[in-house]
Amino acid sequence: MVHRSTAMLRRFFILILVGCAAWSAASPGALGQDTATKEVPVQGSREAGLAAWERVYSVLTHPRCINCHTATNYPQQGDDRHRHLFNVVRGPEDKGVPALNCATCHQGANADSTGVPGAPNWRLAPLSMKWQSPDDRILSSAQVCRSLTNRAKNGSGILDHHEKESLVLWAFQPGRRRDGSARSLPPLTHDELVAATRVWVEAGTPCPQNH
Amino acid sequence: MAATTSIVNESNLSRRSFLRVSATAAGGLLVSLYFDFPLAGQEGQPRAKVYPPDAFVHIKPDGKIIIQVNRLEFGQGVQTSLPMLLADEMDADWSQVVAELAPAADEYKDPLFGIQMVGGSGSIAHSFQQYRELGARTRAMLVAAAAQQWKVRPEQCRTEASVVYGPGGVSAKYSDLAEAAAHVPVPEAVTLKSSADFRLVGHKIRRLDSRPKCDGSQKFGLDLDLPGMKVAVVAHPPIFGAAPKSVDDKAARSVPGVVDVFEIPVSRKGRGIAVVADKFWTAKMARERLQIDWDFSGIERPDTSQLREKYKELAGTPGNVAVARGKENALDGIASGNRIVAEYEFPYLAHTPMEPLNTTIRFDGDRAEVWAGSQFQTVDQAAIGQVLGLTPPQITFHTEMAGGGFGRRAVPDSHVQREAAAIAKRFTGTPVKLIWSREDDVQGGYYRPMHAHRVEIGIGADGMPIAWRHVVVGQSITAGTPFEAYTTKNGVDETAVEGVGDTHYEIPNFLVTVHHPTVSVPVLWFRSVGHTHTAFVMETLIDELAIRAKMDPIAYRRKLLKPDAKKLLGTLAVMEKESAAWRSNLPVGHAAGISCHESFDTGVACAVDVSIVDDRPKIHRVTLAVDCGVAVNPLTIESQFQAGACFAVSQLMAKGAITLKDGYVEQSNFDGYTPPYIVDAPTAVDVHIVPSSEKPSGCGEPPVPVISPAVVNALSRLTGKRYRTLPLMIL
Amino acid sequence: METYKLTVNGQAKEVTVDPGTPLLWALREDLKMTGTKYGCGISACGACTVHLGGIATRSCVVPVSLVGDRPIVTIEGIGQDPVGRAVQNAWVLEDVVQCGYCQSGQIMSAVALLKRTPRPTDTNIEESMGGNICRCGTYVRIREAIKSAAQQLT
Repeated sequence: MVHRSTAMLRRFFILILVGCAAWSAASPGALGQDTATKEVPVQGSREAGLAAWERVYSVLTHPRCINCHTATNYPQQGDDRHRHLFNVVRGPEDKGVPALNCATCHQGANADSTGVPGAPNWRLAPLSMKWQSPDDRILSSAQVCRSLTNRAKNGSGILDHHEKESLVLWAFQPGRRRDGSARSLPPLTHDELVAATRVWVEAGTPCPQNH
Repeated sequence: MAATTSIVNESNLSRRSFLRVSATAAGGLLVSLYFDFPLAGQEGQPRAKVYPPDAFVHIKPDGKIIIQVNRLEFGQGVQTSLPMLLADEMDADWSQVVAELAPAADEYKDPLFGIQMVGGSGSIAHSFQQYRELGARTRAMLVAAAAQQWKVRPEQCRTEASVVYGPGGVSAKYSDLAEAAAHVPVPEAVTLKSSADFRLVGHKIRRLDSRPKCDGSQKFGLDLDLPGMKVAVVAHPPIFGAAPKSVDDKAARSVPGVVDVFEIPVSRKGRGIAVVADKFWTAKMARERLQIDWDFSGIERPDTSQLREKYKELAGTPGNVAVARGKENALDGIASGNRIVAEYEFPYLAHTPMEPLNTTIRFDGDRAEVWAGSQFQTVDQAAIGQVLGLTPPQITFHTEMAGGGFGRRAVPDSHVQREAAAIAKRFTGTPVKLIWSREDDVQGGYYRPMHAHRVEIGIGADGMPIAWRHVVVGQSITAGTPFEAYTTKNGVDETAVEGVGDTHYEIPNFLVTVHHPTVSVPVLWFRSVGHTHTAFVMETLIDELAIRAKMDPIAYRRKLLKPDAKKLLGTLAVMEKESAAWRSNLPVGHAAGISCHESFDTGVACAVDVSIVDDRPKIHRVTLAVDCGVAVNPLTIESQFQAGACFAVSQLMAKGAITLKDGYVEQSNFDGYTPPYIVDAPTAVDVHIVPSSEKPSGCGEPPVPVISPAVVNALSRLTGKRYRTLPLMIL
Repeated sequence: METYKLTVNGQAKEVTVDPGTPLLWALREDLKMTGTKYGCGISACGACTVHLGGIATRSCVVPVSLVGDRPIVTIEGIGQDPVGRAVQNAWVLEDVVQCGYCQSGQIMSAVALLKRTPRPTDTNIEESMGGNICRCGTYVRIREAIKSAAQQLT
């Protein structure tokens, strides 16, 4: 847990770094699979990177994101992250099972008139991207960070993912529930998430040691 | 039963082409034959193609035989099994039989109850004789007509598959004989087949309504579409009995397609706001835009936690006496170590049939036409008449195919139909379809009442109960309705104690008393009614007693049942035999649960194989033995029991409860009130029908009571815990 | 109100509805195709299941505005498909239905299962049919009918 006062300092520091950073995008592709990714130079201090990571973590563990990054054979729903109703299951390709696919209800865009969220290619994150324990507890910052960095060698894929993946974008425009109320938003805007990710990546994707 | 026979005037006959006989006795049998092809020998009369409403059998020129079913079909299979009875006695070609759901009319009233209804698992039980006699009479008249033509004696003829065969190789099709048969005097006395001669009855006959239900062509009440029809929804008060203080309907009225918005009376003296539009989605959207300020002053606010406390308190005091047998203070002499004290709690249950409630009415000023999937046609018809200022003969009431019911479509106050009538009254000449959304349904009341039980049992040296003091607490279902007179004596509504008071267990000192609190939540019978909770209490306590006595649960029941409990003893034996192999071979982590219960004159014994998966009971297998007297259609019975076993899991579901907080129903749809899905239901159910020649009893409700106690008995053996509060939230 | 072109059971159709109108109600009330049923309106029960672009879809939560040009197949049209026919026949042979109201959705789901998994295991059946409610409880016979249809097809 980052103490608020140091977080403030780090945020200020990051803003400066972000302003100075020059970075070219790697070619788009699934996280960690693009071996032709350009090596990203390590810029900024480890502290800046860690601070940025905590900001990223705060978004990853918000219900709009973590509800689909489960360790189980089911997604979660709602701000209380209850098990998704109607007995939906992960299925072999993270898209549900025949007759009960994610796409059985979730379309390519939010359906505000019926309260069902939607985005292109609605699906669960693969188990390799689980950020919860099998008993639905959110993993610690250190654990999630390790999980991410084990997958992607230097994080440029992660940056791309955060910048462009339709389901990530969805989290920031998650639509309305049946009763008309808006779904709660992650603590950062999409731009802020991308910026924080960039800082963290440029710092060499440092992970906190204890947590 | 004395019956008078009268033949309608001949000229009337030929003009209207029907023949009618009525019996004046309380049963009210009516045989009618309808023929829609020209009657020969009419002088200058126009060929009338008339289908008066009081027909049971209609033989068409093409050979089709239309049989009117005097019950709603809502899944139980009566649309097939009642025609089977008639067609068998009639020796009709089954492949030509078409079943229709009869409209509301006197002749379609239940012979025993005198109203047109389905419920109490009474369709076969009450209409068994009726439909057989209808078929036998029809056959007799066809044979008489043939015999007349051939100038032979009826005894020289035989019938088979819609053909009469005479001596010397002559034969005639029923469709060719029907006209002549119309002029034959309807015989008073008929001979029914012996069961050995049944071709249909007793055989597994597939349902007549399957194909249309599988290809989308079956129309249910909700599917009705009539020229110029409008659709209505009602904003009901969120607390029963409230009325709007003020309504801002500007936004609602501005939705394109909305026709009108106005106030109507709803149940429990409440008032709601009706929205009428061209389509359901329009009406629903408009309703959501209503700004209603409800007046809750002086309105009761039922609250589950408060009711639980109150019921528990009441259960600790004696109520009105339902049954008192033996010594009242028999318990006093029994040491506390030989006693069981058990308190049970049951929540409100909503039926939630798959087809949401709906009724379509067109009011024409001096007449009305109604389309409804109703379990209570003549009751609803009369209620609609009250609202519209019409008498029942002025109201044509069509019985639509219904998507489930479980009792929800048999409502003494006809509240849905009254709403529909109040709305239709404002649109003379325009059919209006009232639809209750699923939310309306879940929150609209008419639930299986909440209950509390408190039982004190004194156990004898042999482990058998010798004293049993039982208090039941729960709203009376029939209080304030015309049915109260039939069910309630000495302040005890029978429907609250059935299954306890009339237990078949031998309990010498037995006291059952009842409290019926008054709560503003409307309540109703829910498939198997009192047995939903009483069987749970009885069968879990019996199991507990068996465990204490270190006896096998089947053997214990066999010992405790009265010797004259033939159906239960018989089914227990069959269940024991049929489940012996798997019960003695249970995998680790599985347990068997046993129960037996008689309801609606049908005895059922049950064994379930249960394990715990994901903290929920997983029912791998159910073995059921059934004694329902003569089994008219064993396939229907098997189906009812297999599916009934799945339905019965409803009250075990973690979200299987309707709860109220400060007057508001907390659940609104299947997300908060969840019925069993396939994963919650038993995987396999084998049903064994005990052969019997006794009169048939019902199979609609009897599958339900045995399942939840059996499952919980198995769970108790797995966890060592007792489960006395439903729904089952934590194992 | 907007006008949308829809392809339903191979036929070109047009509906003029509020864009947020669920496909279910456009089918039922604008196209008068009532085989697809309303059971809950919140995708909890599956009675409204159609095939949209080949995928079993709960039409009560899909606004017409999101359908696009994906072809729609309903219970009225599934009998044109050999898998659909086999499932319907199995349903009749095994006497599955009781009230029947949920069965349009059950059949559409079962067809979607068998098209992707011609030899479903008990687990496959339980998972794929896991979101369809039958209040009458015909699940036991649904399982049997799916297996029977699978046998007929292989």
